[in-house]
Amino acid sequence: MSSASSLVTSIDPRSTYVQERSELSRIDESTRLLALIFFGTAVGWLFLGTIFAVTASYKMHTPDFLGSWDWLTFGRIRTAHLNTVIYGWATNSGVAVSFWLMARLCRTVLRHAGILYVSGAAWNFGVALGTYGILAGDSQSVEWLEFPPYATPLLFVSYALIGVWGIITFRFRRSEHTYVSQWYLLAALFWFPWLYSVAQIMLVFAPTVGVIQPLTNWWFAHNVLGLWFTPIGLAAAYYFIPKVLGKPIHSYHLSILGFWSLAFFYNWAGVHHLIGGPIPVWVQSAGIVASLMMVIPVVVTGINHHFTVVGSFTAVWNSPTLRFIVFGALNYSVTSLIGSAMALRSVNQVTHFTHFTVAHAHHGMYAFFTMIMFGSIYYIMPRIVRKEWPSANLISVHFWCTAVGIMIYVIGMSIGGALQGLQLLDVDKYPAFLDIVRNTVPWLFSRTLAGVLILVGHIAFAISFVWMLLKPRSAMETAPTLFNTPPALKLKTP
Amino acid sequence: MNNGPLLFLGFFLAIAFSWTGIVVTNLVQQTQAGGTQPYFDPASESVVPMPMSGSARQGQLVYQDLGCVYCHSQQVRNSLSRDPAAESPDVARGWGSRGNVARDYIFDGRLFLGTMRTGPDLRNVGQRLPIATWHLNHLYNPQSTSAGSIMPPYPFLFDVREVKGEPSPNALSLPPEFAPPPGYEVVPNKRGEALVAYLLSLRTDYELPEAPGGGQ
Repeated sequence: MSSASSLVTSIDPRSTYVQERSELSRIDESTRLLALIFFGTAVGWLFLGTIFAVTASYKMHTPDFLGSWDWLTFGRIRTAHLNTVIYGWATNSGVAVSFWLMARLCRTVLRHAGILYVSGAAWNFGVALGTYGILAGDSQSVEWLEFPPYATPLLFVSYALIGVWGIITFRFRRSEHTYVSQWYLLAALFWFPWLYSVAQIMLVFAPTVGVIQPLTNWWFAHNVLGLWFTPIGLAAAYYFIPKVLGKPIHSYHLSILGFWSLAFFYNWAGVHHLIGGPIPVWVQSAGIVASLMMVIPVVVTGINHHFTVVGSFTAVWNSPTLRFIVFGALNYSVTSLIGSAMALRSVNQVTHFTHFTVAHAHHGMYAFFTMIMFGSIYYIMPRIVRKEWPSANLISVHFWCTAVGIMIYVIGMSIGGALQGLQLLDVDKYPAFLDIVRNTVPWLFSRTLAGVLILVGHIAFAISFVWMLLKPRSAMETAPTLFNTPPALKLKTP
Repeated sequence: MNNGPLLFLGFFLAIAFSWTGIVVTNLVQQTQAGGTQPYFDPASESVVPMPMSGSARQGQLVYQDLGCVYCHSQQVRNSLSRDPAAESPDVARGWGSRGNVARDYIFDGRLFLGTMRTGPDLRNVGQRLPIATWHLNHLYNPQSTSAGSIMPPYPFLFDVREVKGEPSPNALSLPPEFAPPPGYEVVPNKRGEALVAYLLSLRTDYELPEAPGGGQ
C-alpha cells in the first residue's frame, strides 16, 4: 500500500483525473450502495414512524386504546413518531439526496465513501437506540431532542462525519460554477452539527438554568426545520424542476437573494414558539420580525420555481418526480406564508397552544419536505439501480393517498385548532375547559382518517421500492415510468 | 458565489448571529442581572421561589418520561394586548393569578413550558386543585373525575392488589363503576405518589417585583 503518497494525492484536487461529462452515470454508480443504505433505512423508518403516528392519533380520541402499557402511552408513542420520522426517515433520505446531488453537481465520483458507510451505520443504530429509549421511559421531553443521552453522542459523531464528507466533496468539485443547490446543501451540512451539538450541551449535558433552556430549545428545533430540512428540500426542488423540464432556472439573482435572506432570517424565527412566555419581550419581537421577513425568501423562491414551471404543466403532471416535487414546492410557499402570519401577536394568541400548530408542523415537514423527498427518490433510484419503477399505478396510489391524506390532515386540524384557540380565549361562552376538549374530538377523528390514507400511500411506496430492488433488469425498459407515456417514448410492439 | 471560503464565512455568520442573539445574549443578561437568584421579599421576610422538594423532584422525572409536556403547558401566558392594563386570557380562565416570568423557573431543573394545550395549563395546578386524592383518581382513570376527557389512563402508576386484613390507608376510593372487584384495592405505586407530589408543588403563589402587577 502506497499509503502516504496516495493519501496526499487523494486529497489534492489538482491530481484528479479527467472526467468527461458522459461519466455522469459513473458518478451515479459510485453513490449506489450508499444511496441504497440511506434510502432503504429511510423507507423502513418512515413505515415504522407512520405506524406510531396512526396509533398516537387513534389514542388521542380514544384514550383507553392500548392504555395499560406505559411503553405505548400517548406521550411516548407520539414522541417515538416524531423522532423516527425526523431522524430516521427525513434525515436519512435527506442525506442520501444531499450526497447524490452533491456528487452530481460537483461532477466528481464519491470519494472517501467509507466515511459515509460508518456514519450511516452509526446514525441508524443511534436512531434505533434512541427510539427504544423513548419507549422505555428515558425520553428527555425536550421537543425535538427527546433521544436519551446514551444515543445522542453517537448521532452527533456520525452526523459530523457526513458534514466533513460534504466539504471534501465540495473541494473536489470540477464544475466552474457552484449551483444554488450546492449552497443550500453545504450550508445545511455545516449548520446541523452546530445546532445539534450546542443544543445537546446546553440542554442535556450541562443544562443552563431557567428560561435559557426553552430559548435554546426553540432556536434548535425551528432551525432543524429551517436550516437543515428546508435547505435540502429547496436544493432538490432547485435541481429537479429545471433538470426534468430541460430548461434553466428562471433567475440566478433571485436565487441568491432567496438563499441569503433565508440564511439570515430563518435563524431568528424560532422564538415565535415562546410569544407571551417568560422571556424578554425584545427577543419575542425579534423573532416576530424575523418570521415576517421570511416572506422575502419564500416569495422569491416561489417566483423562481413558478416561472420555471410555467408552460410545462403537462410535463409536470406526467412525471412522478415533478408531480411530487411541484406539490412540495407549492406547499412550501403556502405553509411558510401561514407560518409568518402565525407569528403575529394577534394571530399567535389564537393559534399557539392548539392543534393549528400541529397542522402547520405537518404541512411543512410532510406536504413540503417529505413530498420533495418522494419525488427525488423517484428520480434517483432508477439511475442508481438501472431499473425502472415497476408500476405507474402504485406511484399513482402513493401520490393520491399521501396528497389527499395530508390535505385532510392540514385542513382538518387547522380548522379544529383555530376553533379550539378561539374558544380558549372566550371564557364567558366556554367557561368549562372540558367542553373545548370535546369540541376538538371530531377533528381528531379526521386526523386518524388522514393518517390511515397516508399509511396506505406509504405501503404502496414501500411495495414499489422493494419490488424495484428485487425485480430482474429487463431489456424491455426503454423509457422511464411516467403517469402518461408520450407516444414517442412508447415501445413498438410487433 | 463561486468562492468556497467566502460561502462558508457567510454560513458561519448567519448561524453565529442568531445563536449569539437568542441564546448567548440572554444567558449573559440573565446571569448579570441576578435573574437566577431567588428574591427576598422584605415585607413578608420570605424568599421566593422555593426549591422543589425531593419527592416532587422524583415526580418531575415521571412527568418527563411519560411525556406530559406534549399536552400540558406550564406557563401562564402574559397578555399580548397593546393595552398595558389588559388582563391575560389565561388569568381570566383561572389558570393563575399572574403571568409567569423567568425567575419563577430557576429551581425547575428541566423546564416544561410546553407548546400545546390539549389539556389545561398546569403551572398552578397545585393551587387550583390541591387535593391529592383527586389527582390519584384522575390519573388512574380520568373518566372517574372528568367524564369525556381525552387524557389517557395511567394504570401502571398503581397496583391493584387483594385486600389482606385492613384496607391500605392510601387505597383510592373510586366511584363504583371504576372500582376494582370486591376484595381488591387500588394503591398508587412510588411513581404515582411522586407524580402527584410534583403536581401539587406546581404553584405560583407569590409576587415578584418584575412580574405583572408586581409594582415595577
